Amino acid sequence: MAAVGLYNYWIVVFLMMAGFYIVIAHDNLVKKIVGLNVFQASVFVMYITFGKIQGGTAPIIAEGITTYSNPLPHVLILTAIVVGVATTALGLALVVRINEAYGTIEEDEIHVQDEES
Amino acid sequence: MTEHLAALQVVIPLICAPLCMLVRYRDWSWIVALFGSWSCLVISWLLLQQVMTGGIISYHMGDWAPPLGIEYRVDTVNAFVLLIVSAIGAVVTPYARESVRAEFGVNRVYLFYTSYMLCFCGLLGVTITGDAFNLFVFLEISSLSSYVLIAMGKDRRALTAAYQYLVLGTIGATFIVIGIGLLFAETGTLNMADLAERLADKPLSRTIGAAFGFLVVGISLKLALFPLHLWLPNAYTYAPSVVSAFLAATATKVAVYVLLRFLFTIFDVKLSFGVMPLDSILLVLAVIAMFAASAVAIFQPNLKRMLAYSSVAQIGYMILGISFANVNGVAAGILHLFNHALMKGGMFLALGCFFYRIASVNLDDMAGIGRRMPWTMAAFVVGGLGLIGVPLTVGFISKWYLVLGAFERGWWFAAALVLLCSLLAVVYIWRVVEVAYLKPAPENAPDIEDAPPSMLIPTWILIGASIYYGINTDLTVGAAKLAAQQLLGAG
Amino acid sequence: MYSYLVLRVVAKLLMPFIMLFGLYVQFHGDFGPGGGFQAGVIFAAGFILYALIFGLQNASRVLPRGILRFGIALGVLLYAGVGVYNLLVGGKYLDYNVMAQNAVHGQHLGILLVELGVGITVTSVMVMVFFTFARHRQTKGDDQDGGSRPL
Repeated sequence: MAAVGLYNYWIVVFLMMAGFYIVIAHDNLVKKIVGLNVFQASVFVMYITFGKIQGGTAPIIAEGITTYSNPLPHVLILTAIVVGVATTALGLALVVRINEAYGTIEEDEIHVQDEES
Repeated sequence: MTEHLAALQVVIPLICAPLCMLVRYRDWSWIVALFGSWSCLVISWLLLQQVMTGGIISYHMGDWAPPLGIEYRVDTVNAFVLLIVSAIGAVVTPYARESVRAEFGVNRVYLFYTSYMLCFCGLLGVTITGDAFNLFVFLEISSLSSYVLIAMGKDRRALTAAYQYLVLGTIGATFIVIGIGLLFAETGTLNMADLAERLADKPLSRTIGAAFGFLVVGISLKLALFPLHLWLPNAYTYAPSVVSAFLAATATKVAVYVLLRFLFTIFDVKLSFGVMPLDSILLVLAVIAMFAASAVAIFQPNLKRMLAYSSVAQIGYMILGISFANVNGVAAGILHLFNHALMKGGMFLALGCFFYRIASVNLDDMAGIGRRMPWTMAAFVVGGLGLIGVPLTVGFISKWYLVLGAFERGWWFAAALVLLCSLLAVVYIWRVVEVAYLKPAPENAPDIEDAPPSMLIPTWILIGASIYYGINTDLTVGAAKLAAQQLLGAG
Repeated sequence: MYSYLVLRVVAKLLMPFIMLFGLYVQFHGDFGPGGGFQAGVIFAAGFILYALIFGLQNASRVLPRGILRFGIALGVLLYAGVGVYNLLVGGKYLDYNVMAQNAVHGQHLGILLVELGVGITVTSVMVMVFFTFARHRQTKGDDQDGGSRPL
């Protein structure tokens, strides 16, 4: 069963859709950030999956080792994680200031206040 | 040092950013930013000269040979875009001094210049890099710093606008990473030139198709193509004046460049426009963008928002040119990148001058402003003529090539639509002219002078350039045609 | 001061080990798993633990805002500076080979300095992010007795 063997990708797809859904469907600004994080995490898992080679070890030169995993995706994802952390921090900082300015972090309530002013 | 120009192009703003943070005393951070942006302009000018005469420049970071190492690769296309970005930066920075001080308060000025330099560095990096993943990193540097810049706006709606942009921008960026990841899985390389070579040998697989889809949607989000433009109007409306001008003139342009790079260099023209029906999709979206956004712009009371919608429409023109997929069409798209940056940058700067004097950019507050601030208003009107596409302005040149491209492709109706859409631009520019010149100023209006020279001169440099390059088209049309040939010649 | 004796003693005991582990990860990055990102976060975790137990005010006495801001800028400058130094002595940007008498030494020195820059910036940024959010809560929140209270 090839489709079951690729279960990593099923997890990726599930996380991706779940995260995306949270971003779109929720009105709460913090929940949107959480959704965004899940969405990004799915991409991290996807990249790491690309790097894995069956039977491969850590990519360090040693005797008797011929198959090793591809280290490049790990490095790429380290960078992507840092970008993700920066995005989350900035997003939360914005939410804090929105909460200060509007007194709420629900999108529909913010919308109502904007309409009034 | 000339061999290192490609690296210095990105490194100088990268060094200037932390320096701006360290030297917080008075105007020092502004001086650092000024140095950074002007030296970048010189470098990009030299790079363009080198490329026009000597061909493609390839710079290996850390002396690691590509495709393993990160390569900076400058050809005519990105040398031209580099020049646009750094020229806008060099003009906006002197303008920023007065405007930022008035809008931010002296204590937070250094934060502005730090983020501004980071954004500048990111945009230049996206343009110059020849490595797909590096492109994503720089894209996020520029995006993150532009969220910060937008959130610095005075109105509290700037915060929600920045938040909205952050969410949509991150989704776009993540789509781009997914696309790059799928390409990496298929080919095992991240270098753009290498990717193009390896993709050319492969038959279309589902992985490549998915990668193509993710990349196109992700980049379209970043460049605010019609149904994905929702973040743009709010972001440009509530951002500080300088930021609106800088981002409107550079950020979306760089995203259009990324789209060009992926569609033409990495994927083949045959794949992008033959196997995938992208030309008709882009055509339809571009035309809707042109008409819908222009129509919405007519009814905006806030002039910044009007220009923001007009930007969405103008992006439509660029995408329309790209959708023709022939030399004249793509050249028109690239030409309009440059021309629109000049016009829209100049017009946003003019709005910044109004804001500096009357603290408002609402049409209602502008009655009679044409006599109270004659120079600023004149700049706005000349920029507006460019948006309409009156002969002797740059707008005419782009539309001319766009129409040529449309006929070459046999889509004469597209040419007719371009002309029709210009009429909508006449309407929204005329609204402003009518209020500014024909309505009397209110009785109790305070006496105001025109904007200070340090703001007026940069505005007129951009507007003046938009006239100059409307008359003397050697540099722009030459570079754009060469770039289009290079892009299409690869396929 | 409040009397969370166990917490305070344990935190004081742990602190040197956290810092030592941070240094280990930092300098092990040359030839094994580790490096500036990870070490920076470990360092920052140490300071955040300190702030959690001993209060924000004491923590910001250890790492004042000015120093953090300086650290953020310094790390980036160190990284970019190494690259520019390589340019000046005749290599490509970030080409460590030219930094010392031979390529191996050059690579060692270069990656050491770059990772040090990364470590400094990451530590400062993480602590700064924490301080900023925490201070925000304190100035806005209901407890008025300043930062000597545990968060």
